[in-house]
This record gives sequence, C-alpha cells and structure tokens, in this order.
Amino acid sequence: MAQQASITKTLTIGEGGTIISLIALAVASIIIAAKAWTPEYAFHAYLFAAASVASIFAVFNRYYARDAAPAPQEVDGKPNYNMGPVKFATLASVFWGIAGFTVGLIIALQLAYPALNFDLPWTNFGRLRPLHTSAVIFAFGGNVLLATSFYVVQRTCHARLAGDIAPWFVVLGYNFFIVIAGTGYLLGITQSKEYAEPEWYADLFLTVVWVAYLLVFLATIWKRKEPHIYVANWFYLAFIVTIALLHLGNNAAIPVSIYSSKSYIVWSGVQDAMVQWWYGHNAVGFFLTAGFLAIMYYFIPKRADRPVYSYRLSIVHFWALIFIYIWAGPHHLHYTALPDWAQTLGMVFSIVLWMPSWGGMINGLMTLQGAWDKLRTDPVLRMMVVSVAFYGMSTFEGPLMSIKSVNSLSHYTDWTIGHVHSGALGWVAYVSFGAIYCLVPWLWNRSRLYSLRLVNWHFWLSTLGIVLYISAMWVSGILQGLMWRAYTKLGFLEFSFIETSEAMHPFYVIRALGGALFVIGALIMAYNIWMTIRSPQIASEAQRPQLVPAE
Amino acid sequence: MSVWAKHQIFEKNSIVLLIGILIVVAIGGLVEIVPLFYLKSTIEKVEGMRPYTPLELAGRNIYVREGCYNCHSQMIRPLRDEVERYGHYSLAAESMYDHPFQWGSKRTGPDLARVGGKYSDEWQRAHLNNPRSVVPGSIMPGYPFLAKTPLDSQHIGQMMKVLALEGVPYTPEMIEKAQTDLIAQANVDDAGAADLVKRYPKALARDFDGNPGTISEMDALIAYLQMLGTLVDFKTYDKKANVR
Repeated sequence: MAQQASITKTLTIGEGGTIISLIALAVASIIIAAKAWTPEYAFHAYLFAAASVASIFAVFNRYYARDAAPAPQEVDGKPNYNMGPVKFATLASVFWGIAGFTVGLIIALQLAYPALNFDLPWTNFGRLRPLHTSAVIFAFGGNVLLATSFYVVQRTCHARLAGDIAPWFVVLGYNFFIVIAGTGYLLGITQSKEYAEPEWYADLFLTVVWVAYLLVFLATIWKRKEPHIYVANWFYLAFIVTIALLHLGNNAAIPVSIYSSKSYIVWSGVQDAMVQWWYGHNAVGFFLTAGFLAIMYYFIPKRADRPVYSYRLSIVHFWALIFIYIWAGPHHLHYTALPDWAQTLGMVFSIVLWMPSWGGMINGLMTLQGAWDKLRTDPVLRMMVVSVAFYGMSTFEGPLMSIKSVNSLSHYTDWTIGHVHSGALGWVAYVSFGAIYCLVPWLWNRSRLYSLRLVNWHFWLSTLGIVLYISAMWVSGILQGLMWRAYTKLGFLEFSFIETSEAMHPFYVIRALGGALFVIGALIMAYNIWMTIRSPQIASEAQRPQLVPAE
Repeated sequence: MSVWAKHQIFEKNSIVLLIGILIVVAIGGLVEIVPLFYLKSTIEKVEGMRPYTPLELAGRNIYVREGCYNCHSQMIRPLRDEVERYGHYSLAAESMYDHPFQWGSKRTGPDLARVGGKYSDEWQRAHLNNPRSVVPGSIMPGYPFLAKTPLDSQHIGQMMKVLALEGVPYTPEMIEKAQTDLIAQANVDDAGAADLVKRYPKALARDFDGNPGTISEMDALIAYLQMLGTLVDFKTYDKKANVR
C-alpha cells in the first residue's frame, strides 16, 4: 500500500496521446472551417473543433479527479468492471431510438400528407428518410450494440474492459459520428449510398473509431479468465470485423478537396451497384443480425436462467450464417443490368440462408426449454422471445422475396419496406428493448425495473403497431406491384403511375398509425427506465449466476 | 478427436477466430464483385454514351443532395410492363459514368432512367416548384427553393478532375472549359453552344428554368433530368453485341 501511495500522478501515454491528437484535430478543423467551400461543411468543421476542445477539457478533468494509480483490474478478488461507457451507450440508445422512431413517424405522415414536407430543403422527405434510417440503424442499433458488447465481453471474460480512455473514445466518438451524419443529411451532405450516406470525412472518422472498437473488444478477450471465448463474442467479433471490411469497400471515395464535403465514389454503375448491395445487405446481415444474435445468445439464457440450447447448433449456424450472408447482396438487383449469373447466385444463397437463420432462431427459442412458464410472468423475456419469432418470420420472408419471380413483383414496392420493418421493429428493436430492460437494473444496481406493467403496455402497444405497419405494407406493396403490371383487355397498361400512387393513401395512414403506437411504446420505455434509475440503489450487487462457455 | 473438439482452436484463440471470420466472409464478395470489372457485358461501351456536361453534373449533384434516389429508381427492368411504361430496359453502359450509381431501390415515384425529353422544361419547372400543380394526386415534396438558389458552380472543374481520376473520360480541354461550357448550356443562343455540343454530343443548350437572368439550381437539375436516358440511340443499338 505504501508503495502505491508514493506513486506520483502523471499523464499516462494514453491521456497524453489523446490530448495531442485532439489538439491536432482541433487545429486542422479550424483551418478547414476557415477555408471551407460551403457554410455547411464549415459548420461540421467547427463541430469537430468544438468536440475536440471539449474532449481535451474532459481528459484533463478526468486526470485531476482520478487516483495516481490506474484503475485496479480487480477489487476484492472480483473483476472491477468498467460500466461507465456501457451506461452512456445504453442511455444514448434510448435517446436515439425515440429520435429515430419519431423521424420515421414524420416521414410516414409525409407520404400520407405531402403538405407536411413544408417544401423546405431540410424538411423534405428526401433528406429526412436517410436521417430516419441512420438514426434507427446506426444510432439506436449501434449504441445498443456498443453497450451490450462492452457489457457482455466483460462479463463473459471476467475481465475489466481493456483500455482507459479508449472505451470512452469509442462510445463518444461513435455518437459524435452520428451527430455529424445526421446534421449532414439535413444540410444536404450525402453521398447517396443507401445506409452509407455520410460523406468521406465522417467515414474516415468512423474508421478510426471502429478500429479502436475492435482493439478494445479484442484486448478484453485477451484478458479473459476462461480458455473458451463465449459464443456471443464470436458474433460480436464477426459483426465488428465484417462491418469494417464493408465500410471500407463501399465508401472508397476521392474527395473533391479537403475543403469540400463533396466526394465521388471510385466505383461506378454496375460495379458500384454490386458493391453497394454487398455492403447494404450485409449491413443487415452483420450489423442487424450477427450483432443482435450476440445479444440473443447472452441475454435470453441469462434472463431465462437456462443454458444455450445447443452448442453444436451454435457452431454450425455461426459459420454458415457468416459465410452465406455475404453472397446474398445481388437479390437487391434482380432483373437489373447486373449479369444474370450474379443475380442467380444471390438468389440461391439467399434461399440457402434460410437454414442458418432458422438455426439461430431454434437455438434462441429452445433455450426456453423448461422455462416456458416465465413467458407468462416476465414481459421482458416475452419481448425477447417474440423478437426471435419475428427474426424467424422475416428470415423466411426474405428468401421468399429473393426468388426472382416474386422479386419482380415485390421490388421497388412497399413490400420491401414492410419486410425491413418486420425485421427492424420485430427483431432488432424488440431484442434491443429486452436487453435494455435487463441492463438498466444491472448497470445501476437496482433490484428490479420500476414497473413490469409498463413493460407490458410497451409490449402490447408496439406489437399492435408492428402488426398494423407490416400488414399495411404487405397490402400496399402487393397492390401497387399488381397495379403496375395490370393490363386492360385491349392490351394497354391499365393504370397510370399516379393512380397506383393514389391507391396507397389509406395504407400510408394505417402505417403511420402503427408507427405512432411504436413511438408511444418507446416513450413508455424511456419513462420506465428513468424511474428505474431514480429508484433506490440496492446495497450489494445481487448475486447473478455467471455464464459458462457453451461447451 | 471429434470435429467438435477441433473447433476449440477457434474458441480458444481470438486471432485464429478473427482470421477464420475474415476468410469466410471474403469469399462471397470476391466471387461476385471482381468479375464485374472484367466481363464484357459489364464494361462494354455503347455508342452514344458520354460523360455529363458540367451543367448536367451540377444538376446530378443536386439530385444526390436532395435524396431523389430515395423515391425514384433509374433502372428499367426487362419486364413487359416496365418497358412499355418507361422505355427500353436500362443497359449497364448507361450508368458507367455514374459515381455513385443512382439505380435506387424504391419507386414511391416513377422510374426516371428515361425521363429525358418526356416533359417540357416548363412542366418540369412547375412540377418541381409544386408537384400538385401539374399532378394533383402527387405526394412528392415541392422544391421551390431550387429556382431561387443561384447555382454554385465555381468548383465544377475540380469535380470533373476527380471524376477523370476515377476513369470518366473528361479531357483536359473539357475540364479547362468547364465554366464556359456550363454557362453556354444554361443560355439561349450562347456563342459557346457549338463548342459544347462538339465536346458533348446531344447536349441541350437552353434556359431551363425560364429565368434568363441567372443560372439557378433549377437550371442544372432540369438539364440533368432532360438528358436522362437519351444518349443511347436504340434504333441503332445492337442487342446481341451486349448479351447479358
């Protein structure tokens, strides 16, 4: 002890390096802001400068507040988990979730009532739609993945998160990227690649954050006490490295100037289309599936207090899923100028993909064996189990829609939108809500959630919302697809485009209603979480059984 | 040792697991993407294709900025109803200079791959200002601000330079004359119009936004829309030369 007390406090290499990098970033940002070609880009450069300066202050504040010795790895023989970044990402996910769902509701209403566009640049559908998709996928989903992955990797490895400043850099840097991306869309800064709209400088910054994320995650695994890496971590690792690969491939671009937000993607035409949907479909496969399967593999066994159903199934479906998913991209390009062989490959692999997808579903659902009664009493577990059921449903619908003859009808219509939302709302959001409801009492040391009744309300309102949403989109999508190809007896096209568009109105209203219910459900969740955090803390952390590796 | 026991090497060694994942996920992408840079049907040039004029390129930048691709595809599939509704199915070559591509994925509005020349400039103007003034049931947002915003074109040459670096055949002369070409295309009877058409065959030079005083964003966007799908002459196009 005496030795420890004699340590004089100095800046660590991490702190010093961070400060120097941030100073460099702040100076570069200010120079760019001064010489920027457009005010929008200058605004972003100032945001970078302001964030750098604020971070420098934060690092110094943290330095003056901390002990001379680095945070201990263990306290009383137990791992000294680093839950600060996890807490931040959990709350950020709730915030961005509500923001993203609300923007979704707004654009749903715009499609039903176009006057709501207000005909201003920053309120029009074309700029708000990427804001919605990025906010729900990357801001909401991304923060859930950050929070759960940092939580799960610590818990399953019995080790404190690697790095001192790095985990905070990952979480804060990622959220700053979200701010840059979102404000960029509203200001018209976009490269028009779906789900990869942020421009080159935001992409570069995200790359740095993502590499830090991979390193923190890997280095924590290296500190593990168990010889085996728990199955959830395989999925997290696959998600992190594959997203890095996809991000770099799809965003390869040359900026017009360092003083311009504009860049041109190096790929063009057919090649660009293929690269885009290689990225786009695997953003679904690895961001929205592999990452969330990892959540399923930790939180469902934990909440149900049962081991994972089958270790062998998890091995088979893990490798099969990541191998096959990558091939499925061309099903977004059926009957386009992409060569037929590529379309056929995409279709065949999409159909085969049904198997590993259902392997995951079965492994998740059957984990409930012997604990099915908990579905009656625990609405949080019910939410997660229903999410796995939705996963099964949308991974059945997906292969169906990838069949070329079905796709010729469904492509370009709302059926696709409905399909995406049965996966996004039913699977991704529900398993996220379940994980958040589990995490908040665990992280803040509360005995239980403020109210399970409110979880029930959340569950039923949003389930009703999802049902309204996807059935409206099935009807409108199939209806419009059929109207486009309808012929009169004399052999003329029966409907003009605008007639098919007008026929969508009632379904767009129903869809907006479904979306509103989903937003209300999320607001109930936010209230419940707020009240849980405000409730009294329990004296000692409840002894929770630790997970063992699947073997 | 059973197969399952052999899997332990992945479970006990994070770097082996990482490399395993990288190899497994790389295969599909490589097989599907790499050949597209070599196959005849995906790289062949079709008679008539040319890079965008500076004004069209500026219009395309606005098309991208406003997120038009969210609701409008630019890819006509070889299906009977689509070919009758929109025109000849889209060729790979027709988007060969598109960085990035604008095929889209959703038709909340109609396909625009061949919208060029289908409507008058006046119609396009009225429609962009207030879509419901010409199409009463339309749910498209209005873009009245385009006509009021002067086009910022001072860096168009630099943009062309970057595209040339990426393989778009802009010649040094085209890049050098970018500003004059842009002005020539947005005016009626400009002296530079003849040169413009020499550099960019079929380029339409006129006052697209109906406001001769200024070159607005509306000028650029309509110039872009009016050339979409018009470059390839399908009367002389040989289908068999480009079998896909």
